Amino acid sequence: MTELIEHTDAPADSRAVELSMQQAINRALRVLLEEDPDVLVFGEDVGALGGVFRVTDGLQKEFGDQRVFDTPLAESAIMGMAVGLAMNGWRPVPELQFDGFAYPAVDQIVNQVARMNYRTRGAAPMPITLRLPSFGGIQAPEHHGESLEALFAHTPGLKVVAPSDPAEAYSLLLQSVRSDDPVVYMEPKARYWDRRPVVLSEPTDPIGTSRIVRPGSHATLVAWGAMVHRCLQVAELAAEDGVDLEVLDLRWLKPIDAAGLAASVARTKRAVVVHEAPLTAGLGAEVATLITENCFRELAAPVQRVTGFDVPYPAGPLEPQYLPTIDRVLLAVQRTLEY
Amino acid sequence: MPTPEPTGQGAITVEHLRPELTRELYRAMRTARDLDTEAIALQRQGVFPAYVSVRGQEAAQVGSASALDPTRDFVFPTYREMASALAYGVEMVAYMATHRALWHGGLHDVMESRFGAINAVVGGPVPHAVGWAVGERLRGGDGVAMAYFGDGASSEGDVHESMNFAGVFTAPVVFLCQNNQWALSVPNERQVAGGSVAARAEGYGMPGVLVDGNDVGAVYTATAEAVERARAGGGPTVIEALTYRVEPHSTSDDPSRYRDRADTDHWRTRDPLDLLRTAMIEAGHDDESHLATVDAEAAKRAEEIRDGVAETPEPDGSELFTHVFRETTEELARQHRTWQEEVEL
Repeated sequence: MTELIEHTDAPADSRAVELSMQQAINRALRVLLEEDPDVLVFGEDVGALGGVFRVTDGLQKEFGDQRVFDTPLAESAIMGMAVGLAMNGWRPVPELQFDGFAYPAVDQIVNQVARMNYRTRGAAPMPITLRLPSFGGIQAPEHHGESLEALFAHTPGLKVVAPSDPAEAYSLLLQSVRSDDPVVYMEPKARYWDRRPVVLSEPTDPIGTSRIVRPGSHATLVAWGAMVHRCLQVAELAAEDGVDLEVLDLRWLKPIDAAGLAASVARTKRAVVVHEAPLTAGLGAEVATLITENCFRELAAPVQRVTGFDVPYPAGPLEPQYLPTIDRVLLAVQRTLEY
Repeated sequence: MPTPEPTGQGAITVEHLRPELTRELYRAMRTARDLDTEAIALQRQGVFPAYVSVRGQEAAQVGSASALDPTRDFVFPTYREMASALAYGVEMVAYMATHRALWHGGLHDVMESRFGAINAVVGGPVPHAVGWAVGERLRGGDGVAMAYFGDGASSEGDVHESMNFAGVFTAPVVFLCQNNQWALSVPNERQVAGGSVAARAEGYGMPGVLVDGNDVGAVYTATAEAVERARAGGGPTVIEALTYRVEPHSTSDDPSRYRDRADTDHWRTRDPLDLLRTAMIEAGHDDESHLATVDAEAAKRAEEIRDGVAETPEPDGSELFTHVFRETTEELARQHRTWQEEVEL
C-alpha cells in the first residue's frame, strides 16, 4: 500500500516539528502537567516504562512519581481511584492500557464517573480524561483491537473523542483534559507511529466540532480515528478516476457534530460512514440517522455504512479482512454514486 | 491478625469512654433509631417508595462516624448509612430525600458535608475512598477516607482491588465493613469464604480488626485507632463490625423466606441502644431521668426531619438536564427544548 500524502498542514510551515502521534500526545501531557499542578497521570506501566506505547515516556522523570505514577493492575480500581482523586480536587488523566481491558472498568466509568456530577447535582464534578489506546490494525492479541465508542457515546454524562493525526491528538487532548466533564479519549493505536511535520497548536474549535480533512463534491466520507487516514487513501484513489470525495473527520463521537455533517452532505448529497466497530448498533447508525434527519431532501442515495462485521475482533491474519478496506469503501462510494 | 473480640454475646461497658462522648453517641443512636422508625412508617404510608432500615446497626454506624473529623475527613457511604450520616453531621432532611426518591444520591451537598452521595452500587464507592485518600496524601493533607461497605460487598472485586491499592499506596483509608450477616437473603457462610472479612487485611499488609458491632464504644475505639494511624501516615485498616440486620433488607423484602425468626429475636436482645443505655447507667455516665429527656428530644428531632422530608418539594423536571454535563452539549440542549415542548406543557 502506498503511503499517500495528506492534506492537513501547509507544506512548509516554519513552526512544524516532525512528530509521531504518540510523541504528540506525550507533548500534550507535558503541557498539561506543566500548566496545571492538579493534573495527575497514572495507570499500568505509565511510570518508569513510559507506557507500553511510550506515550508517557519521560514524564515520570520530569514531573516526579507523585504526578505520574504506576498503579497495580486493576482497571476498575484505576477508574474508581480517579473518581476519588477528582473529589479531592485533582484533575486525573488515567490510562487503561488497551480498549478491551476497559470492560472490567465499565462499572466505574458508566455508573460512577459518568454520573457523579449528576448524582451530586454538580457538587462533585469529574474532570477526568480516560486515555484509552483503541481500535485495531496492529495485529495484536485478543482484546487489544476493540472499538468501544458506541458504548461510551451511549452513556449519558460522557464525552468521547478520537483523534486522527498527531496535530489533532495534541490539541484534542489539551481540550479534553481542560474540560470539566469526563472525556474518553480514544487513541488509534494503528496511527501511533504516524510521523509527519506537525504544527502544535492550542485547540480552537469548540468541543463537538468535526473538521473537513479534504474538501470534495461528489460524496462525503465520514470517519474517525485511524479510518480517517483510510478514507484519505480512498479519496486519493477515487480522484484518479475523477471522483471527488470529501473526507469529514468527526473527531468528537459525543457530542456529534450534526451541523457539520449536515453542511457537508447538503453539498455532496451522498455519504458513506466508515468505522472499525461492528455494524449493528454501531455509531455509523447514529451518523446515518443524523444525516437522514437533517438532509433528507438533499440526499441522492441512502447513507452507506462500511464497518467491521458483527463478529468478535479477529486474530492478525484475518484483521485486514475484518477492517474496512480501501476496496470496500470504494465499492460503497460506487453504490452511492450509482444509486 | 484480626483481634478476637466478643461478638454477639454479653453486655458492653463504656467505662473506657468519656461520659460526654457516650452521651453524644447515645443521642445520635437514639435519633437514628427514631428516624428509622419514622422512615419505615413513611414507607407504609406511601410517602417513601422503599426504605432500607439501619435498625440494629446504629452502634456500628454512629461509633465509626463519630471517630472521624468532619472538617478534614471524607466519608464514602453505601445506601444504608443513615445513622453514620446523622452522627457525622450531615443535613438529614436533604440526606433522607433520597429515600423519598427525590434525587438519587441524596440532596445533601457532598463536598460541603464531606459525606459522599448515597451509592447503590455494592462496593462501587470503595475505590473512591482510596482515590480520595491517595489524593489527600499527595496534597500533604492529613484527612482520612472512610469506606463503608457490607459483608455482601466484601465479595466484590472492587473491594479487593481497593484494599490492594490502599496497601500499595499506604493510603489513609478506614475500610469499615458492617457485617450484618445477611447480604439480602444470603447468610455469611454462603458469602464470606474463610469466615472473616477482617482476616483478609493481613493479605493486603494492613491491620484487620474484628469488633462487636453492637458495642458502640468498641467500634468507636477501633475506628479512632485506625483513624489515628492513617492520619499519622501508617496506612489503611480493615475493621469488621459484626452486627445484625434485624429488619428486612428493604421494605420490599420478606425475610421469612430465608431466615429463622429465632435468630433475629436473639439479636433483638442485643439491641445496641439498650446495651449502651444500660452500660451508661452502670458507669454513671447518665441517669434515667436525663436519658428520658434525651429520648424526647431525639424523637422530636426525628419528627422534624420526617416532616422536613415530607415537605421537601419534588425536583423540577428541567433538572433532568441540568447536571449531566458541566458544559452541556447542543444535542442535550435540543432534547431539553423537546422536553419543554412535549412533556412540560
